[in-house]
Amino acid sequence: MSTPDPFNEGAEAAKARRMRSLMIALALVAFIALIFVITLVRLGGNAAHLVQQTS
Amino acid sequence: MTEASLSEFATARATPARWGDYFVLLKPRVMSLVVFTGLTGLIATDHPMNPIIAAVAVLCIAVGAGASGALNMAFDGDIDAVMRRTMNRPVAAGRIARGDAMIFGVILSAFAVMLMGLAVNYLAAGLLLFTIVFYAVIYTMWLKRSTPQNIVIGGLAGALPPAIGWAAATGQTPLNAWLMVAIIFMWTPPHFWALALNSGEDYAKAGVPMMPVVKGAKSTRLQILLYSLILVPLAIAPVFTHLGHILYAAVSFVGGAVFLLLAIRLWRSRAGEAPTAGPDGLYSVKPGAREARDLFAYSILYLTLLFAALLIEHGLGLAMSLR
Repeated sequence: MSTPDPFNEGAEAAKARRMRSLMIALALVAFIALIFVITLVRLGGNAAHLVQQTS
Repeated sequence: MTEASLSEFATARATPARWGDYFVLLKPRVMSLVVFTGLTGLIATDHPMNPIIAAVAVLCIAVGAGASGALNMAFDGDIDAVMRRTMNRPVAAGRIARGDAMIFGVILSAFAVMLMGLAVNYLAAGLLLFTIVFYAVIYTMWLKRSTPQNIVIGGLAGALPPAIGWAAATGQTPLNAWLMVAIIFMWTPPHFWALALNSGEDYAKAGVPMMPVVKGAKSTRLQILLYSLILVPLAIAPVFTHLGHILYAAVSFVGGAVFLLLAIRLWRSRAGEAPTAGPDGLYSVKPGAREARDLFAYSILYLTLLFAALLIEHGLGLAMSLR
């Protein structure tokens, strides 16, 4: 089965575009994961600080 | 530069951009040196830091450096297209449009600075923003095309990462942080002028007023020696400010002596006076320019060893304190 070529750009260009799109998707997933981890670390640090202050 | 090469740069779109071309836009080799010096600045503080936040700080420095590289390539596509060393870069070769590279650089800059500010601290974010703007606007858009002092003043952008790393770890930038900045700042002219002596014709062809093009090879060789005479004692100074210890002292004394010997050998040579046509490649020796190539190659090793010594000394100290 041939790969669809909606932009009529040729096989090589279509493959390059798909790879670029894939890398953007991976970068977005990595960005979300990064923000999630940073939030956990910052929240954890602030929570520990609050516990120290109240005890 | 020729009209033909300009029009070729403006219209060429020979092959579609691959994701790897966008990675090349980040100047990975420069980025690795920036990450290395930034990480050294961060570790040299001896300040315990959450490892995840430290990794985020280094990531922001890396992405900021890459963004600067992308903005530089977007603006300098016309120059890069003329020089043999850079003509294969994605914008110069027409694989990525200038506007695309510009947008890529701006988005990455915003990401790096905002993440540094939100996750680490505002001083580090401010220094990172200053570094990107200084490199992309002051150096690339203005100094590079207008003065032979371009890489002297512009070198500040490449010198700042240790201060960013230090600020990320402590929220401050004391004398030792600026000492590391000063070492890279003074290292930059001998490093780039030695490269320019080995490939001067390319700079002249591209209309870039590098020192050998404007003042000639003899004056450049003298200035390299003068900057080296300032650099070597400056690189030894951390021994006396308690930033560097025994390993650093050994590297800075022995490495500095070798640097000075190579700078003197270059000063006494006629490097850069013969036409530089010869094999391509960053480390290729052009006819009559071996002394310049040698100092250029050694300067990279020298800076790497200096910062590696600091990284080892302080990294080990930090690891011992955490046990």
